[in-house]
Amino acid sequence: MDLTGKLMTAKQAVEKFVHSGDQVSLGGFTLSRNPMSLAHEIIRQGIKDLYLVCHSQGQAMDLLVGAGCVGRMEIAYGGLGRFAPTCVRFRRAVQQGDISLEDYSNYQMSLRFWAGAMGLPMIATKTGLNTDIVKKDGFSPEDRGKGKVPGLKLAVQDNPFAEPGDKVVLLPALNPDVTLLHAQQVGQDGTVRIKGLSFADLEQARAADRVIVSCEEIVPKEQIRQDPDQNALPGFLIDAVVHEPLGAHPTACHYFYDYDPQHLLMYGKVAKDNGSFQAYLDQYVYGSRDFKDYLAKLDPAALQRIKADPVLGYAPGLDRR
Amino acid sequence: MADYTDKEMMALCAGRLVPNGAVLFAGTGLSMLAATVAKRIHAPESVVFFETGGIDPALDELPLAVADPRVMSGSAMNAGLIEAFSILSHRRLSTIAFLGAAQIDPYGNLNSTVLGDYRHPKVRFPGSGGACDAASLAWGVIIFMQHEKKRFVPKVDYLTSPGWLDGGDSRQKAGFKRGGPLAVVTNLGILKFHPETKHMYLAEVYPGVSVERVKDETGFELDVSQAVETPAPNQQELRILREEVDPQRLILGPAA
Repeated sequence: MDLTGKLMTAKQAVEKFVHSGDQVSLGGFTLSRNPMSLAHEIIRQGIKDLYLVCHSQGQAMDLLVGAGCVGRMEIAYGGLGRFAPTCVRFRRAVQQGDISLEDYSNYQMSLRFWAGAMGLPMIATKTGLNTDIVKKDGFSPEDRGKGKVPGLKLAVQDNPFAEPGDKVVLLPALNPDVTLLHAQQVGQDGTVRIKGLSFADLEQARAADRVIVSCEEIVPKEQIRQDPDQNALPGFLIDAVVHEPLGAHPTACHYFYDYDPQHLLMYGKVAKDNGSFQAYLDQYVYGSRDFKDYLAKLDPAALQRIKADPVLGYAPGLDRR
Repeated sequence: MADYTDKEMMALCAGRLVPNGAVLFAGTGLSMLAATVAKRIHAPESVVFFETGGIDPALDELPLAVADPRVMSGSAMNAGLIEAFSILSHRRLSTIAFLGAAQIDPYGNLNSTVLGDYRHPKVRFPGSGGACDAASLAWGVIIFMQHEKKRFVPKVDYLTSPGWLDGGDSRQKAGFKRGGPLAVVTNLGILKFHPETKHMYLAEVYPGVSVERVKDETGFELDVSQAVETPAPNQQELRILREEVDPQRLILGPAA
């Protein structure tokens, strides 16, 4: 197997595999390995009404929500750590009722992807008993059971293997239409290697109908197969590979670059105002032909500063105030 | 005036609550400081792990989010969410989780989701993340709160993370096998939970803080009859916190 027919630009990959109304899961976690290049492309192509399914998502989610690409979302957390305790456009959209939202927890969302990957219809857990995550619904009852919206948010039942009263939460499995990931390396055979934490990327990829992976490097097959213990996903699970250096900027990509504190702080400020947020989109997303064009608009010195130390995997001493 | 800040006091007080050898589920912010300072002072054998899958990282620099690459460096292993939550709920491990929230009720139930009605919120917060999971599955929970009347409420607007639920044995009856909040560390003192009723009470008040002030800043009845004064931080604690743990004051913020 090789990358023939799979290696493409972000534009081609999104045109081919992401459609308005799709249920989309985003890889990465808050300020690490967000598929930013693919998110920019979705915004540029004017794809609408996406149904995002996330655990803890940050920059890619906030940009997609802010650009009006998202209609519905199941999520555990929308934040960027200290840079935005609550994602700014996400907060605004929820408060204004612009998107239909359902809350779960991180473990619940991870388990739902895992169940989907294993071909299970549901999965049981003890997490969340008696909380409002279990008691309160976000989606309206008339949307329930339509398309990919589960008929019930979840169900609480007795554990059939124990005495009555031993409650468990049953969660519906997730099988997104498409999962978008950003990884460090893909081999010429399509094998994906993720360095650092994998978050729930592997479950999200295995649960999805289609998978797009953008990556920092494409490496020879012999190289990536020399140490298969380090590999995350086989090539036959991947539908499209996009070679996109710095494709997670301004979020971090372990061993390649740190998060960009300056850009995230700037974004946190401009996102608070509709006018300046629109100007950000105009300049960086709509005004860029592709992600390379976006990167060319950034301060080269800032990109140099976030370069990761090859041993530590981040940029030591980076000014993060 | 004290020669230390509220944040320094909170980090040190929470750190003092960590037993040596504990397996700590940390978020960022104050919980990072508490875990790191405890490790360097009295609990060198404790380990820190993150919901993202970073297990016992070196933490040479402070992470600013649980997905910060600084939780992936020098670690025992780099895993994912499923693995991290399996450790959190491991029956053999007395895992202790640190949590913060926007609101807390008398039984230590937490809200980090919304203010106002769930479907039409006045204010939206980030949501549970792993907080509900930690509150459900960890062996114990230590909570950080700013001590304000609007945050210490009789009933939370949205119950994100389960504490002692309705008090008494309600947590057990709900189906939880263990866990529950151990203490609430605020900028005014330390609160604990009555062994039987599970209602919050004032256990310690910081030097220079009056019990009356704590009562005024709490939006429900608080038993203060057992309150003792917390010892002020000593020079060793302050030096380690300021010089070794957060020299850039990324989390501590402005000095006293």
